[in-house]
Amino acid sequence: MSRTLPQAKKAWLQRRRLPWADRAFWATTALFAFGILLLVSLIVYQLTVSAWPSLTKFGLGFLSGTTWDPVDAPGHNLFGALPFIYGTIISALLALLIAVPLSLGVAIFLTELAPAWLRPPVSFAVELLAAIPSVVYGFWGITTLIPWSRAHFEPWLAHSLGFLPLFQDRGSAHDMLSAGFILAIMILPIISAVAREILLAVPSTQREALLALGATRWEVVRRVVLPYSRSGLLGAVILGLGRALGETMAVTMVIGNSPQILLSLLRPADTIASRIANEFTEANSPLHLSALIELGLVLFALTLLVNALARLLVWRVARRPEGTMHV
Amino acid sequence: MHKKWLNAALLVLILGATALGSGTVTLNAAGATFPAPLYFKWAETYNKVTDGAVQINYQAIGSGGGVQQTIQKTVDFGASDAPMLDRELKQAGATVNNFPTVLGAAVPTYNLPGKPTLNFTGQVICDAFLGKITSWKDPAILALQDEANKQLLSGLNDAAAKITIAHRSDGSGTTFVWTDYLSKVCPAWAKQVGAAKTVNWPAGIGGKGNAGVANIVAQTPGALGYVELIYAIQTQIGFGKVKNAAGNFILASLSAVKAAAAGTKLPDDFRVSITATPPDPGAYPISSFTYLLIYPELSVVPSMTKAKAQALGQYLCWAINSKVKGGGQTIAPTLAYAPLADEVSAKVVEAIRSRVKFDGQLVINPSKPGFCSR
Repeated sequence: MSRTLPQAKKAWLQRRRLPWADRAFWATTALFAFGILLLVSLIVYQLTVSAWPSLTKFGLGFLSGTTWDPVDAPGHNLFGALPFIYGTIISALLALLIAVPLSLGVAIFLTELAPAWLRPPVSFAVELLAAIPSVVYGFWGITTLIPWSRAHFEPWLAHSLGFLPLFQDRGSAHDMLSAGFILAIMILPIISAVAREILLAVPSTQREALLALGATRWEVVRRVVLPYSRSGLLGAVILGLGRALGETMAVTMVIGNSPQILLSLLRPADTIASRIANEFTEANSPLHLSALIELGLVLFALTLLVNALARLLVWRVARRPEGTMHV
Repeated sequence: MHKKWLNAALLVLILGATALGSGTVTLNAAGATFPAPLYFKWAETYNKVTDGAVQINYQAIGSGGGVQQTIQKTVDFGASDAPMLDRELKQAGATVNNFPTVLGAAVPTYNLPGKPTLNFTGQVICDAFLGKITSWKDPAILALQDEANKQLLSGLNDAAAKITIAHRSDGSGTTFVWTDYLSKVCPAWAKQVGAAKTVNWPAGIGGKGNAGVANIVAQTPGALGYVELIYAIQTQIGFGKVKNAAGNFILASLSAVKAAAAGTKLPDDFRVSITATPPDPGAYPISSFTYLLIYPELSVVPSMTKAKAQALGQYLCWAINSKVKGGGQTIAPTLAYAPLADEVSAKVVEAIRSRVKFDGQLVINPSKPGFCSR
């Protein structure tokens, strides 16, 4: 007895359908998902265990302390993380301040304004920036950015805005401002690439509707595209912030590596990631090593906090009606 | 038929490979980055000297890492710029041998117009690094210079004469030598800062590695920093003279650094700082040994075998014994490392002969000492 083709196919499908396959699939993917959770908890556990000597010795004082004295001798061996926390946050915020308007501008130009033939090469160039290793940025920073900044930009800044405490007492340009600059260039491609994808996802019907009403390009962007993609754009910015908080190599090459809390952006500073990278291989004592690991724990908590805040922000923004006209 | 031939050929190949493999001894080591280029060269040369019988893998992970891996016995031997501390020896559970191999030195480098060779004392360097002296026109600096440099410095305008301190941001043996020297010659430094591979700097900008410091100095007019002597020689950046214990201003050189070791009375375990103290009139005062860390009873290292222990003993002597022609000490100056003085080398060779054992037996056979010959 010969079977027809659809029948054969059905039989084949049934033969391949195992009763437990669905559950196995569920279990495998769940295993992967929980694996991540397990991994994160193991990291926290391991960091806490290794940081324990420092955690118990300094307690909360580790977060508020401003002295980092790793010399293994009586009267020394004191560790306080505040200058590093300060440097990490300020340099990352500075980077956002510079990079966000730039990258949103790039993304809007590429999706809304640029002629079609111009879009691929410019997008490619922006994405290329993301592929450059951070040490190369650092190298560019010390050989090009810093000399230029010291000779031209910072004197001008100190001259014209020197009445602000932010721009006083300039030195060799190995400082917070240079770190912010380098970080801004590094996070620019990430933010603009993600933002471009998000803007592309805005339905054309929305744009066309407003254009049909006689709106200009600017009005379309301002009243439809941006409100529609608000939460996504925020996500793109947070992604950039995450990179800026954890960046090590390029920052350590330009920031001057001096743990101090100074209002002036033209003075050397230091960040958590940069300090860990600098001292981890040659820690003076077990307590020093433990304090460096606790710095890692602080960075972990800081990123977690930033992410949680970002989630909250995205969630609040997303609850508002999107793509509506605010006339 | 074909298959049989193939199998036979394969068998011969495998046997041959294992035979070769059993003839080769591989020693794994890790530690200091400062002597790493020399240790790589030594390993390569020694491999040729032994016709490929001894292979040494050295990983430049830093002195701290070298000491840690030695304590954990995860390497056949370690390397460190600073000798092991008592605390670390206790952790290791043995009086690990600290064998000096070559010397390093830290030199003051600066950015001033006309690239003068300035004179420094420990006190002046100390005050500058403490942030007490902030101008090149400070009388304490001027008083040390010859007439031409005195005029050059006092001719600088106030902005150009401002001293910017550059130091290492990463943990480093060079920083240890530098701060060890300052601690000895300057009580204020010893009290406030101390000596270590990383310290709490009272002033200045941190650069990563010798290159980072050199870069800050090169770009910042009036900057004053310190770099490893070899780095300064290889990159041909100028550096200053430093006054030694005998009262002479010495420009660091391989012979001046070698003299620093020769003039120092060595303790039996070689764990010594030779900064500031050498009485030799030509000695450069900011010098130090770099060490290989070898267990006295090698069988405690899990990866060690008798054959490996014997190979290690011979390698140590080849590297350290200045009587070996074309050996490690002859190679050192070609890469700008200061070799050990002959009497120091002889003393270390004696220690290798008498203080390295495997299962209770001396690794160097006294009747067939090989490279350890006196």
